[in-house]
Amino acid sequence: MSIPNDIEITDELVAEHGLKPDEYERILDLIGRTPTLTELGIFSAMWNEHCSYKSSKKWLRTLPTTGDRVILGPGENAGVIDIGDGQAAIFKMESHNHPSFIEPYQGAATGVGGILRDVFTMGARPIAAMNALRFGSPDHPKTRHLVSGVVAGIGGYGNSFGVPTVGGEVNFHPRYNGNILVNAFALGLADADKIFLSEAKGVGLPVVYLGAKTGRDGIHGASMASQEFADDSEEKRPTVQVGDPFTEKCLLEACLELMASGAVIAIQDMGAAGLTCSAVEMGAKGSLGIDLDLDQVPCREDAMSAYEMMLSESQERMLMVLNPELEQEAEAIFTKWGLDFAIVGKTTDTLRFRIFFQGDKVADLPIKELGDEAPEYDRPWVAPPEPPALTHADVPPPNDIADALLTLIGSPDLCSRRWIWEQYDHLIQSNTAQIPGGDAAVLRVEGAPHKGLAVCADVTPRYVEADPFEGGKQAVAEVWRNLTCVGAEPVAITDNLNFGNPERPEIMGTLVRAIQGIGEACGALNFPVVSGNVSLYNETNGEAILPTPAIAGVGLLPDLSKMATLAFKQAEDAIMLISAAEPAGHLGQSLYLREILGREEGPPPPVDLDGERKTGDFVRGLITDGKVSAVHDISDGGLAVCLAEMAMASGLGAAISLELAQSPDHAALFGEDQGVYIVTSTAALSDEILEAARNEDLFACRIGTTGGTELTFGTGVSISVESLKERHQHWLPAYMAGKLAI
Amino acid sequence: MKSAVVLFPGINRERDMMKALEAGTGVAPVSIWHTETELPDVDLIVIPGGFSYGDYLRCGAIAGRSPVMAEIIRAAKRGVKVLGVCNGFQILVETELLPGALMRNAHLKFVCREVRLRVENTDTFFTSSMRKGDTVSCPVAHGDGNYFASDEKLKQLEDEGRVVFRYVESTNPNGAVNDIAGVVNRQGNVVGLMPHPENMIEALHGRSDCWPLFEGLAAA
Repeated sequence: MSIPNDIEITDELVAEHGLKPDEYERILDLIGRTPTLTELGIFSAMWNEHCSYKSSKKWLRTLPTTGDRVILGPGENAGVIDIGDGQAAIFKMESHNHPSFIEPYQGAATGVGGILRDVFTMGARPIAAMNALRFGSPDHPKTRHLVSGVVAGIGGYGNSFGVPTVGGEVNFHPRYNGNILVNAFALGLADADKIFLSEAKGVGLPVVYLGAKTGRDGIHGASMASQEFADDSEEKRPTVQVGDPFTEKCLLEACLELMASGAVIAIQDMGAAGLTCSAVEMGAKGSLGIDLDLDQVPCREDAMSAYEMMLSESQERMLMVLNPELEQEAEAIFTKWGLDFAIVGKTTDTLRFRIFFQGDKVADLPIKELGDEAPEYDRPWVAPPEPPALTHADVPPPNDIADALLTLIGSPDLCSRRWIWEQYDHLIQSNTAQIPGGDAAVLRVEGAPHKGLAVCADVTPRYVEADPFEGGKQAVAEVWRNLTCVGAEPVAITDNLNFGNPERPEIMGTLVRAIQGIGEACGALNFPVVSGNVSLYNETNGEAILPTPAIAGVGLLPDLSKMATLAFKQAEDAIMLISAAEPAGHLGQSLYLREILGREEGPPPPVDLDGERKTGDFVRGLITDGKVSAVHDISDGGLAVCLAEMAMASGLGAAISLELAQSPDHAALFGEDQGVYIVTSTAALSDEILEAARNEDLFACRIGTTGGTELTFGTGVSISVESLKERHQHWLPAYMAGKLAI
Repeated sequence: MKSAVVLFPGINRERDMMKALEAGTGVAPVSIWHTETELPDVDLIVIPGGFSYGDYLRCGAIAGRSPVMAEIIRAAKRGVKVLGVCNGFQILVETELLPGALMRNAHLKFVCREVRLRVENTDTFFTSSMRKGDTVSCPVAHGDGNYFASDEKLKQLEDEGRVVFRYVESTNPNGAVNDIAGVVNRQGNVVGLMPHPENMIEALHGRSDCWPLFEGLAAA
């Protein structure tokens, strides 16, 4: 049924569009009259939090976004970095949280589809995907259904599209019971001189609609993502889009052919707020007006109104400004791939966004103001209180260290993710040099056979909750460290900031402090932010998620033959610990505290950024020089879990003797100190490595030797690698099969 | 050995296959677009993996009935060698160039992991460089690889030694009957398999177990 365009704009209608009374006043001031319904929809789409970043913009501006290798920072569809040899890597991470909670399969699938389009709309062939997922407590009745649907949706889309899904992370916590997080990352490869942008150029040029037809799905999706959930969230199912990876694969190939033909002047995918957002963005960036004739828009359903067409979030669509001389060639490419190609408008010099439908002008708005004049808020915020310190005396040792390690390694947040990543095709394209399960995944770069790109995604939400500034720092540092662990030079990050309702000062304070922490770490580690996404209002009935600024990073490996992995390589290798200072055994906010003692307390481990950089550069040098055989870092679960992971990946055991002075056994074993690397080398090389580290003023000591089938700590604790593996592999498949009593 | 790779919309492992064929035969394969009705003069036609037509009706069903497949069926009857991998195997089964059916994996999920394969038949163009009984590691990546054939057909396949690859060491990833991973037609010139040997041919892939299959094509 068509919605008439001349219906009265009431206060209720304005509110239903997510616009505040003062925002509506601003619209009236801007256009000098009452908007039409279509215009109101357009404002609602452009000015919601998801599209306008109105609460976060002020703070996002403070992030470092430039660097030697940065070709394009935030502002385009994705960030672009220079990876040498005339090649560029293009990447971004984006959330699809709200839709994935309502309809997990399609929500997650279209999240993957959207981020892939962001990358190939710039001219890049996607070469890797990752995802950062947060689910509610395992015993919450919806969690299993959501895990199952999200994983199937990610796999269903990425596998069919043909991109290897190579990494990510998964956490479970009751604070995600009402709002799960699905953050999807994509990385693409392009020639550095063939990057395509959304900025329209030239007056009177055809604006072309490409790809799939427009339906009624996803109307108001972006507005939904800008509101909290209440108990009626199920009713929002119709706002979730439906994905078609087959069409997306055809669209990729058609777009790349089209770009190679020289027909593309500007191109923009239709993501959130579909036709509206893409047209406004192209016009506003190019300081041009856009006229659209909606009668030409390919529709999948009958009798769609202008309002519906402008707000539909149907997937697998693109908008471009065409070089008119190549219209026939361009159309032939799309016909070959069985996709729609329709001239739906033209660029103008009016700076107006005008929409015509069935002989009427249904919208006539100032195009730059739609984007630039979006409200921007300096929302009130309060810094969260610092958590009280936790001393070693506050944290009792476990009854049995072996039991504690087995419990940790088999816990929901630390157990093997194999059940998930085996549902993702992580090998397609033949370039996966390091599969999921390591510190970072590594992809060979086509066209430069020795070069690799490393990717990983990290954040520790419980740290951010306890201290957003340190937690923000830690997320960036951990990404930097994980890239270093495989031997890569960390280049740049994309950030996906997931928080609650920014209208609450304590939530806003967490967001501000986390961004400040991220900025500080990016600056100190020369690790700029080149793209990102903000997802706010992740709340249900007033309860917010844990603050989750997910960070994904890309690193460059000049020589793939030097790549490091975390598995022990051979018996009798020396195991060494290297860090800026002797680890203090930090147990605040540790998984030991939570999983063994049932407490979530204390400050998170502090990150010494200078030390981080010095230690990481040193370890990367060892890898490049071929001196170390295995490399891993201490993170969740501490040293014991780190060593267990190295043992499980290889099947080889190790004998560990701890002579760390500062902490009692359980703190040394389970403390989550930052910036600490565990490396192995032949016994012959170990003295040289330790001496070199000490010459750099680093803390370095030998802590053990590889070999055997047991992981032993001192003389009293011995655990077989087999039993570690069994525990590590058990939880997730058993949970998903419904075979666990929770 | 001149080879060609068939491209249907939605096929997505064509680049992997073309790289492996070029490395193995020393000649870059040509591509055949699905609307073509005249085949190039080649010794081997390969249908690679992917999701032709999105796998929307039934894996391989739409591609199996496309114009180019009618030509490929004719070529196969003439004795041109045909290899189908994953979706390519599903398409060959749909055309009945190969017997049986490929059903949804028994555990109902897509699976990407390394399996162990035993080479059961070395009389085919694809396995002539192997020894009977050789075992290799090879990845799979599919949602519908659960091979099935009627008892009668199965007996015939086994009696005639037409099972080419079998999952061994308890690594059957999909519930395939008799652990069947790949089969050959009676004429001996059409081979189909679910695993992806093109993804295990060099050190970067962790192992190069499947390299001999491609290397052997040069002489086949």
